[in-house]
Amino acid sequence: MAEGPNQSIDHQPSAVRQAHRPELGRGAVSHQPFSDPARAPLIVCKDLSKIYRLGDVEVPALRGVNLEIQRGEFVAVMGPSGSGKSTLMNILGCLDTPTTGSYWLDGREVGREGQDELAEIRNRRIGFVFQNFNLIPRTSALENAQLPLFYRGMPLRNQRAGAAAALARVGLSGREDHYPTQLSGGQQQRVAIARALVSSPSILLADEPTGNLDTESSRGIMEVLQRLNQEDGLTIILVTHETDIAAYASREILMTDGQIVRDRWRVSAHSARASGGVVKP
Amino acid sequence: MSVSSYVFVIVLGAFRILARNSLRAGLTMLGIVVGVGSVITIVSIAQGARFSIQAHVATEGLNIIYILPGAHTLGGVRSGLGSMVTLTMQDAQELKANLPLLLDTCWSRRDPTQVIYGNQNWQTGIFAISPSCLAIKNWSFVGGGPITQTDMDSAATVAVLGQTVVENLFQADEEPTGSTIRIKNVPFRVIGVLAPKGRAPGGYDQDDIIFIPFSTAQRKVQGARAVETIAASTHRREDLPEAAEQIREVLRTRHRLQPEQPDDFVIRTQLEIEKLYEGASKTLTLFLLVVASISLLVGGVGVMNILLVSVTERTREIGVRMAVGAKRRHILIQFLIEAMTLSLVGGVVGIGFGILGARVTTVVAGWPTIISPESILAAFLFSLAIGLFFGLYPANKAARLNPIEALRYE
Ligand SMILES: Nc1ncnc2c1ncn2[C@@H]1O[C@H](COP(=O)(O)OP(=O)(O)OP(=O)(O)O)[C@@H](O)[C@H]1O
Ligand SMILES: [Mg+2]
Repeated sequence: MAEGPNQSIDHQPSAVRQAHRPELGRGAVSHQPFSDPARAPLIVCKDLSKIYRLGDVEVPALRGVNLEIQRGEFVAVMGPSGSGKSTLMNILGCLDTPTTGSYWLDGREVGREGQDELAEIRNRRIGFVFQNFNLIPRTSALENAQLPLFYRGMPLRNQRAGAAAALARVGLSGREDHYPTQLSGGQQQRVAIARALVSSPSILLADEPTGNLDTESSRGIMEVLQRLNQEDGLTIILVTHETDIAAYASREILMTDGQIVRDRWRVSAHSARASGGVVKP
Repeated sequence: MSVSSYVFVIVLGAFRILARNSLRAGLTMLGIVVGVGSVITIVSIAQGARFSIQAHVATEGLNIIYILPGAHTLGGVRSGLGSMVTLTMQDAQELKANLPLLLDTCWSRRDPTQVIYGNQNWQTGIFAISPSCLAIKNWSFVGGGPITQTDMDSAATVAVLGQTVVENLFQADEEPTGSTIRIKNVPFRVIGVLAPKGRAPGGYDQDDIIFIPFSTAQRKVQGARAVETIAASTHRREDLPEAAEQIREVLRTRHRLQPEQPDDFVIRTQLEIEKLYEGASKTLTLFLLVVASISLLVGGVGVMNILLVSVTERTREIGVRMAVGAKRRHILIQFLIEAMTLSLVGGVVGIGFGILGARVTTVVAGWPTIISPESILAAFLFSLAIGLFFGLYPANKAARLNPIEALRYE
């Protein structure tokens, strides 16, 4: 894997979706290594489990999760509280490692990488958006959005240019110098999305990104995400409790008790309209 | 991005964080400020003292041995100094005559006395000397000339004045040489004014002095008449210990001391006097440096403490940084730089206060002080090192945080 993430982004997500749909779903994961990395799924999880130990008690958060996600997909993960959604997201985002099982990202098994390699992967391939925005306080929108490029060791001028472009993509041009406290919740979350986008990641992970937002702001955030998915082919995995938020996605995974119990594609009203490219919600 | 611009961004961030909590940062830095400040002041005093000892040695010029009446006790403390009359001018003359190592000898006594000129008066030390004392102690003249053997032989009422005496008795536009002053009601003609020597390392003013011929003091001024000090000079500095030993032999013989009897005089070479000064200033310096080190230690612990607080406060920020790709060493370096910025700012402020302290010491106490670039550089590097040392534990703690737990931290 010696390439910029941009090169591997598939610009025809719906076609890919169509092509792979028949083989996907629970139990349909191939156990063979993938001979052609360009056609390999972006994410492959095999039998993932995560067990937390609280003293003598073992808490299984994930129990045998199998999952494949193609480039360009927009996946919503739903499920009751404590079902393991965040745990799965943390593993997919290389913030955590599974207790057992394996995880391939872009054809490379990342489950057993060291701390520094995981940090590198997070920096280059993964964009995170959190429920509580997690912007660095008293630091401008631009500097927040710069952060991944800073840790990549990019020249300062390029960092600024990249961050400004990312802020523009989420509709925050002109707010570069605003501090988090000077921005609304929705705007703060857009800064967080810009920060996730700035490194041109392979995948954007959003754990309840609208959980702290009102309906109006939530809609704005979801439209941004949808646009990124449809126009730029960005792969997005989103955790939500709300069905109308999940409706923006093209695939919905339902988790219960640490397992995926349902995995389905849908032609939602939102995506149908958006892919038509003309109708406003 | 180059390493320097990476460091620049982090230092900038560190300053922002300090500015945000400026009171807290200020209190944290206090220990370092006090520590570095006192180290700078102490070192400047010590260096000033050493310099003035060296300068003093230079003004003393020749290689001098002092011989004083009195006896050694076991601890080397002189007892009954001046109460015994054991030295004579003949001793001095004999020493010069018998010891080829010696360049010259002279004798003197000192009596604190009031001198009067016109309506001015001044309390000073009158040194009654044999003429060679002026040369042995390397005095030079800005006006007039020295006391001569003729003055000595005729017990002439002539005087040579130090600068401090001149300043206190005469107006700026008055010419001291040729005028007449009164010492214990005896009129003396001023025949010479000495070039200033400044303060001795002990702090006393070497220029607050009047010289008169020894014979004149004996015959024309009332008071004690005995020789108080004999001074001898050697040709070469390295002869001082040898010459001192020879002087001792000669004087013991002359004073008819039995082998079991202790000396009835004390010999001090210039080397011993210098060592005495240096030893005293070293002890003082050492003591003060210990005090300063303790306050630096306290300052360092303060830095560590505030950094631990900062790491806890910013746990979530650390989690975010890790989530977007910061490696452990990035976090480690960030907090180390914050610690070093804190201690360095404290160090720089401390250097400022230290220089101020040295000035104040010179002005108020009159001690000479020297601020050397080396001591400033050392203080600078030392405060960096303190930040590094005491920042290591908190920075390491931050770098070892688990990203998920850090992100979840409330
Ligand atoms: N650090 C931890 N230590 C122990 N148990 C944990 C830890 N993190 C998660 N768990 C447990 O793992 C299970 C799954 O947690 P997870 O956070 O993934 O749920 P979730 O689906 O994201 O829930 P929610 O919708 O409330 O966010 C829960 O039972 C939780 O208590
Ligand atoms: Mg969760």
